[in-house]
Amino acid sequence: MSVLSLKNVVKRYHNHIAVNDVSFDVHENRIFGLLGPNGAGKTSLIRMITTITQIDDGEIYIAGEKLNPSHTAWIGYMPEERGLYKKMKVGEQLLFLAQIKGLTKEEAYRRIKVWFEKFEITSWWGKRVEELSKGMQQKIQFISTVVHQPKILILDEPFSGLDPINANLIKDEIYRLSQEGTSIIFSTHRMEQVEEVCQDIVLMNGGKIILNGEVNAIKESYKNHEYHVTYRGDLPALNNTGLNLGVHRPGEIHIKSDADTPANQILQTLINQGVAITGFSEIRPSLNEIFISKVEEQTHA
Amino acid sequence: MTTFLAPIGLILVMAFLIFLISRGSDTIKTIAVIDNAGIRDSSDTSINNLRIDYSYTDLPSAIAAYRDKKFSGVIELPPIVLDSKNYDINFHADEQLAIDESMSIKKLFRDRIKKHKINQLGIDASQLDLIDPKITIDPKTVDDKEKEMSSLTSKISSSIGAIVGYALFFIIFIYGNQVMHSVTEEKRNRIVEVLISSVKPFELMMGKVIGVGLVGLTQISIWAILLGIISLVGMNFIPSPDPDMLGATPDMLSKSKAFLPDDMVQVTKELLAINWFKIVPLYFFYFIIGYFTYAALFAAIGSAVGDNIQEAQVLVTIGSLPLIIASYIAISAVKAPNSSLAVWSSMLPFTAPVVMPVRLPIDPPSWQILVSILVSIIASILLIYIAARIYRMGILMYGKKASFGEILKWMVSKG
Repeated sequence: MSVLSLKNVVKRYHNHIAVNDVSFDVHENRIFGLLGPNGAGKTSLIRMITTITQIDDGEIYIAGEKLNPSHTAWIGYMPEERGLYKKMKVGEQLLFLAQIKGLTKEEAYRRIKVWFEKFEITSWWGKRVEELSKGMQQKIQFISTVVHQPKILILDEPFSGLDPINANLIKDEIYRLSQEGTSIIFSTHRMEQVEEVCQDIVLMNGGKIILNGEVNAIKESYKNHEYHVTYRGDLPALNNTGLNLGVHRPGEIHIKSDADTPANQILQTLINQGVAITGFSEIRPSLNEIFISKVEEQTHA
Repeated sequence: MTTFLAPIGLILVMAFLIFLISRGSDTIKTIAVIDNAGIRDSSDTSINNLRIDYSYTDLPSAIAAYRDKKFSGVIELPPIVLDSKNYDINFHADEQLAIDESMSIKKLFRDRIKKHKINQLGIDASQLDLIDPKITIDPKTVDDKEKEMSSLTSKISSSIGAIVGYALFFIIFIYGNQVMHSVTEEKRNRIVEVLISSVKPFELMMGKVIGVGLVGLTQISIWAILLGIISLVGMNFIPSPDPDMLGATPDMLSKSKAFLPDDMVQVTKELLAINWFKIVPLYFFYFIIGYFTYAALFAAIGSAVGDNIQEAQVLVTIGSLPLIIASYIAISAVKAPNSSLAVWSSMLPFTAPVVMPVRLPIDPPSWQILVSILVSIIASILLIYIAARIYRMGILMYGKKASFGEILKWMVSKG
């Protein structure tokens, strides 16, 4: 069952169409990536899902129900442009943000305490936000996003500005939350982050969806049948083997092939030629490369 | 903290100033008076801080005594010429008299000379008193109404209205600005997007307006109570101002003694007779309507500007122009509550909340009050609606300030 469903959604601003007939489904318990370059329409889309702006055309469904303001209690949203009240104390601020999501004060207090213990930051309760470092503020912001146990968690560029340690911490939390039943929508233009974390993706450009599906399936379908071979010593001549040679650097070489030639055949040919093979794998294109080729396809269409 | 410190500080400063002024010169000075006019009275030994010594009868010895540091100066009273109005006193000293001292001396001798002249000329003192009429203007209403007020009462009650109007102007300015600052702060530290993913923009804006308004009411109430307490306590310590310093003649003084008790009773009675049950709720109404209108406007301004807070301040000042103009009209309305300026501006939106309170105590026609209320409510609702639409779009814009055309589009867009 899809926890979030978009059908032909359109968003127009006075001089351009930010979201142009977008449809996709997010399934329960999955980590879903909303990708695209800056200006693709991701944030406009997210703002409609979070009821910040109105839909101009089309429909959005949350767990089968048409989107309405009461659904904000089910959604946790961490925007790309994020911040907190600087002069307010951390504890008070989290209580406030939890309460506007519908939690009672007592319940909010309990849950915040649990998160503080988990992140080992209990001493921060009475500190003002401006006294904390940026990484610390991000942690607080993260807690404010998840404290009400939302069904859907929407994170817009969650790792921007984070050092590797804190980024890892958040990533672990994302995995854990996903396992505990939260559906996560992860929006970014950093494709390499997506490959690590997401299971399903949608690729947007110019307000339209240009790719939609499971990450592995997409990468499979974009295979070039190219192989990456590493070897020891010198490379014997391969000109007459019928092998299509690609990039060649000391110790490694790419072999281009086609769908009909099985990998074993290529491997066999190399071994026959006396290549001292240390590694052999199929090159799967990165999402970055897929994206670029897709966009170029679009521009030339 | 500042809530308590500010009025206390203000009172202390004022008390200190009054204290300084009223003490004047505190050293006791003795002045020798050579009485060649023959007007001295044995009861004159001092007046205020000046002691008078009549023991010297010629100038040289008095000057000698002055030099011996016995006196602060020597006054020569020349003989009185009955048909001359001028009377020149020579005051011999190195240091001139302070203003209050010279006024005291003038008053003393004026009294004496007057008495002397009345005596010499054979004038009846009571006839003299009747020459100066005591004029009062009694307002009479043309309509057949029971209630008539003395001019003083109407002035006092209009002043009360003016204070209310001015207080409103003040509150709107200060707390309206707070609302605007809150809006720009939320934009600047980027928390606003999280907030409006949880609550509707209209709820956020009105929550802010109401919240700040309540803070304002609390602060004003604390100030009012504190000032009330301090004034009551302070009344006992502040010396009554010397009438001579105010330039009053002795005649006025004797008349005012008669004036105070009776007329105060009259005024108090009339003040109590004013229909405060009708007026005070209206005061609250105008407070609330005026504050809400302007606060919503300031919230909209705060949301439409970029990170440049100076720009917002400028716009807010421009937006407060009707309010400032209204406060000036209110002052003129105290003197002329039924002038067409006062009447019209008490019914037009944006100026009504400040001008009508001034007019209320003089009982303007009910239809005017009704029109004023209706217009204020409609204008307020309209403005809050427009402000909400601007706010809703403005809080999501970052960096640059929206152009005027863009803002107009926001008012009609769906969001």
